Amino acid sequence: MSGHDWLLFLHVLSAFALVAALVLYTVLIAVVWNKDVPTDVARLFRISKMGDVLIAVGSIGVLVFGIWLAIEDDRYKVWDGWVIAALVLWLVMGALGSRTGKIYNAARDRARSLVREGNNSPNAELRALVQDRRGLWFHTSGVIVVLLLLIDMIFKPGA
Amino acid sequence: MLAAIRPDSWNYALFVHVLGAMILVGALVTAGTAQVLSWRPGGDAGAYARLAFRTLLFVGVPAWFVMRIGAEWIYSKEKWADVPNEPDWLGVGYITADLGGILLLVSVVLAGFGARRLARADGGSSILARSAGVIALVVLALYLVALWAMTAKPG
Repeated sequence: MSGHDWLLFLHVLSAFALVAALVLYTVLIAVVWNKDVPTDVARLFRISKMGDVLIAVGSIGVLVFGIWLAIEDDRYKVWDGWVIAALVLWLVMGALGSRTGKIYNAARDRARSLVREGNNSPNAELRALVQDRRGLWFHTSGVIVVLLLLIDMIFKPGA
Repeated sequence: MLAAIRPDSWNYALFVHVLGAMILVGALVTAGTAQVLSWRPGGDAGAYARLAFRTLLFVGVPAWFVMRIGAEWIYSKEKWADVPNEPDWLGVGYITADLGGILLLVSVVLAGFGARRLARADGGSSILARSAGVIALVVLALYLVALWAMTAKPG
């Protein structure tokens, strides 16, 4: 295997990690949507730790190995239109992910604090937090941006 | 940089194949994580087993079909059937995709029965749910090998 093959494998592996995290978060948002019992919400949010690791490794990996590939491969340049589009989409994805994370982390933290206080009855405030429409929209927008990234990577418009 | 430049008509098939594979891996990671969490003592095994079962059934299985249909589509576009000796990476892809598909189905069935048993017993762990988790993780490992074969294209 050449160095190029390894770079390509690591780049694609990072992209898989990134999408795996988004799938995990999507499943999590769907299953907590109708929950309002603090222990249920806190328990389900435990799986988000795996998503946090995957999103960090995946988003940094696609960027680093992607730029490395663009420099290493003579067919592409970092300033090619489709590469610049990918960099812009990556930034937008990061901004949306950060906003989504803040909203759902607030729901997770509230559930945990209610559990610590020994309050495990259905909680309207907790339900409002897990059903926050802004969180859903930010997450959906993030998924759309990642889809656009994938389309950009495969179709390479202008290349 | 996912792949080299190729005709646009091939790209649609590749997009379907890669998207299906990515969602499938995401479903396996989610279900595997939930199953591993269910193994912890006093960790509400039933809820995690249910989550794993539903993720495999409603996300993993449809994604497997999308991945597999995309694979056949790009196979026909690239006319591999006309090539006398197919490259090794293609064989690795076929074996892992189909074997993984069978194991995925086994995992879904075991996860379903395991979740049901845990709900009835209300606590503890189930050998069925544990087996489903192990199989889901084996399928995930198989697909990582497939990912390596598809990108590095050995042979």
